[in-house]
Amino acid sequence: MRIALFITCVNDLVFPQTGRATVALLERLGVNVEFPEQQTCCGQMQYNTGYPRQAAPLAEKFARDFAGYDAVVAPSGSCAAFARDVHPTLAPQASQDVPPVYDLTAFLTDVLGVENVGAHFPHRVAYHPTCHSSRLLHLGDRPLRLLRAVAGLDLAELPAAEECCGFGGTFSVKNPDVSAVMGRDKIAHATESGAEYLIAADNSCLMHLGGIARREGATVRTIHLAEVLASSKESA
Amino acid sequence: MSGTYVGMPAFPQAAKAATKDTQLRANLTRATHTIRDKRARAVSELDDWEQLRHAGRAIKDRTLRHLDEYLVQAEQAVAAAGGTVHWARDAAEANRIVADLVKQAAAQQSVNSDEHELEVVKVKSMATQEIGLNDALAAEGIRAYETDLAELIVQLGEDLPSHILVPAIHRNRQEIQGTFIDAMGGWGRPAPAGLTDEPTALAGAARLHLREKFLRAKVGVSGANFLVAQSGTLVVVESEGNGRMCLTLPETLISVVGIEKIVPTWQDLEVFLQLLPRSSTAERMNPYTSMWTGTTDGDGPKAFHLVLVDNGRTETLADEVGRQALRCIRCSACLNVCPVYERAGGHAYGSAYPGPIGAILTPQLRGTASELDASLPYASSLCGACYEVCPVAIDIPEVLVHLRATVVEGGRNREQGHGGHRAERAAMKAATWAMAHPAAYRAAEKFATATRAVHPRRLPAPGPAAAWTDSRDLPRLPEQTFRSWWKENHG
Repeated sequence: MRIALFITCVNDLVFPQTGRATVALLERLGVNVEFPEQQTCCGQMQYNTGYPRQAAPLAEKFARDFAGYDAVVAPSGSCAAFARDVHPTLAPQASQDVPPVYDLTAFLTDVLGVENVGAHFPHRVAYHPTCHSSRLLHLGDRPLRLLRAVAGLDLAELPAAEECCGFGGTFSVKNPDVSAVMGRDKIAHATESGAEYLIAADNSCLMHLGGIARREGATVRTIHLAEVLASSKESA
Repeated sequence: MSGTYVGMPAFPQAAKAATKDTQLRANLTRATHTIRDKRARAVSELDDWEQLRHAGRAIKDRTLRHLDEYLVQAEQAVAAAGGTVHWARDAAEANRIVADLVKQAAAQQSVNSDEHELEVVKVKSMATQEIGLNDALAAEGIRAYETDLAELIVQLGEDLPSHILVPAIHRNRQEIQGTFIDAMGGWGRPAPAGLTDEPTALAGAARLHLREKFLRAKVGVSGANFLVAQSGTLVVVESEGNGRMCLTLPETLISVVGIEKIVPTWQDLEVFLQLLPRSSTAERMNPYTSMWTGTTDGDGPKAFHLVLVDNGRTETLADEVGRQALRCIRCSACLNVCPVYERAGGHAYGSAYPGPIGAILTPQLRGTASELDASLPYASSLCGACYEVCPVAIDIPEVLVHLRATVVEGGRNREQGHGGHRAERAAMKAATWAMAHPAAYRAAEKFATATRAVHPRRLPAPGPAAAWTDSRDLPRLPEQTFRSWWKENHG
């Protein structure tokens, strides 16, 4: 199996530690992951803001960059859903050659068939099931199954977990007030849960939530699921 | 009559004000979460909910594909049953028709309009809210009395509805008590002395106030939830019985109905009579279901008029992606789960249709020429909670994104003078160019990373970056991109 990592533009530039964790985790599980270096961005930001014609060339490019692999894995539920569901409408011909695109969670549970990834993370955490992970990819309890198998981890229940964090791509700047109130509510729920870490499988949501937590002086820290699953007794 | 939505500010400004209103937020959170949880329980009782939902969607889609035929069938059936059908292209035509019919009825019933003010009693109706009927009638000297409890609260408070099912959802019982005490006397029977804020006391006051209007009115005005083409039967579902009063007591009944409310047969209706109550009031069956077909001698209204309203629906039907908005059965489930609606409130949407469905229906029906209407497709984080609960499976996020593209292109008829968002379009083009050229992208990344030490956590206004940093810190960029780490370690 030739597995390609789609890092996503936000992770590449702002959250490389998530990418490094994804690679470390997959290698620990015996997957020889490759990184097609021509890759850039899936085009979701353009598409969802109303620029489908700007997104289409990126869907074509994605298809060229990832053709020939057996599977694509991305540490982002949102970008994985976009590539899987929308790219075929933007670039119908080219997308025929694209292998199945998985977010990291489903790749672990459904393709590799693992739940215990041998991680060690001795902290109280809460999990935020991001909207695209839950409502587009229908990940269900997969992330929670992975987290429950992490040694030392104390999983708190997040009140109103299914509610959107308020990021929403350009929604966060086009409707900044509503977006910020939604984010503050999510941080308040995380704080209420007593978690030290708020985990999600999408760094764009976490960038918004982390920025709010920092501004509000909340003690809860945000961290990507991949980093929790990659942590070990040595790193903890 | 109450105010109007015309000239309201764009959604982000109106929503900003709402986010600072803690009373409004408390009222909305409490109410929407209560209905949301009840709906989830009512829906989970049915094993075949998903099949029902897909049947609802399929029936609506088939009906919309052959709408021209079903409308003619319905017209013939209504006429054969003794009703009169009127066609209205837009709101102005519909309002004109209703006003003329009310005057005509008064003349026939020899009501002297010089001595008595002309009046109608109304069943709760979204179509008449959409066309601004009450204001139009007031301009013709006709008083329209809302008889649904929540619509009455809104009308007495000179307020605007903020929810499809629960128009006064933004008011709590203390506020309603104040409105009843202050305003009932000006519209008819005053509130009883010593009125408390107990729900039963408030309902009792409304009952007494409305009863004299039911008994006096010569004309009733309604909408309809459904129009069965097969028999020309109109259907109204409600909870309070005020609708039943308005539909049966007056001598003349005028029903204002959007052309998309048609269902072909009674068998089709059965699906919606399951979907609607569970999705809206979270009931297995609504307390009152009124059905009428034309007129019946010695029973109910002597004259029945059906005003079929287009008002942007034909244009919506021509839109391949947007036409699914016409499936809507006005249940409000999408409002009750929407995190944006909960925080922005219904008024921010600037139309009779608030919430997620309003964010697509209003720009579909009215176009995107005004600043407010052009802002509505962006009034969503695309979280998808609305699509999940929609009983006719309207993919609201899909239509929102589609409408954003319409706004960017300058409107469906290029009606926006400004031709979309110029600066944003330039930025999107630049971003795509860079993303499509990996060398340029890597150079931009390198520049961003190299200058990280001087990036501020907050940025000065105006612009999207400042909109971000008003309430959130920017993340500190790391020293090394993933790409460059990979090259060093795996390349």
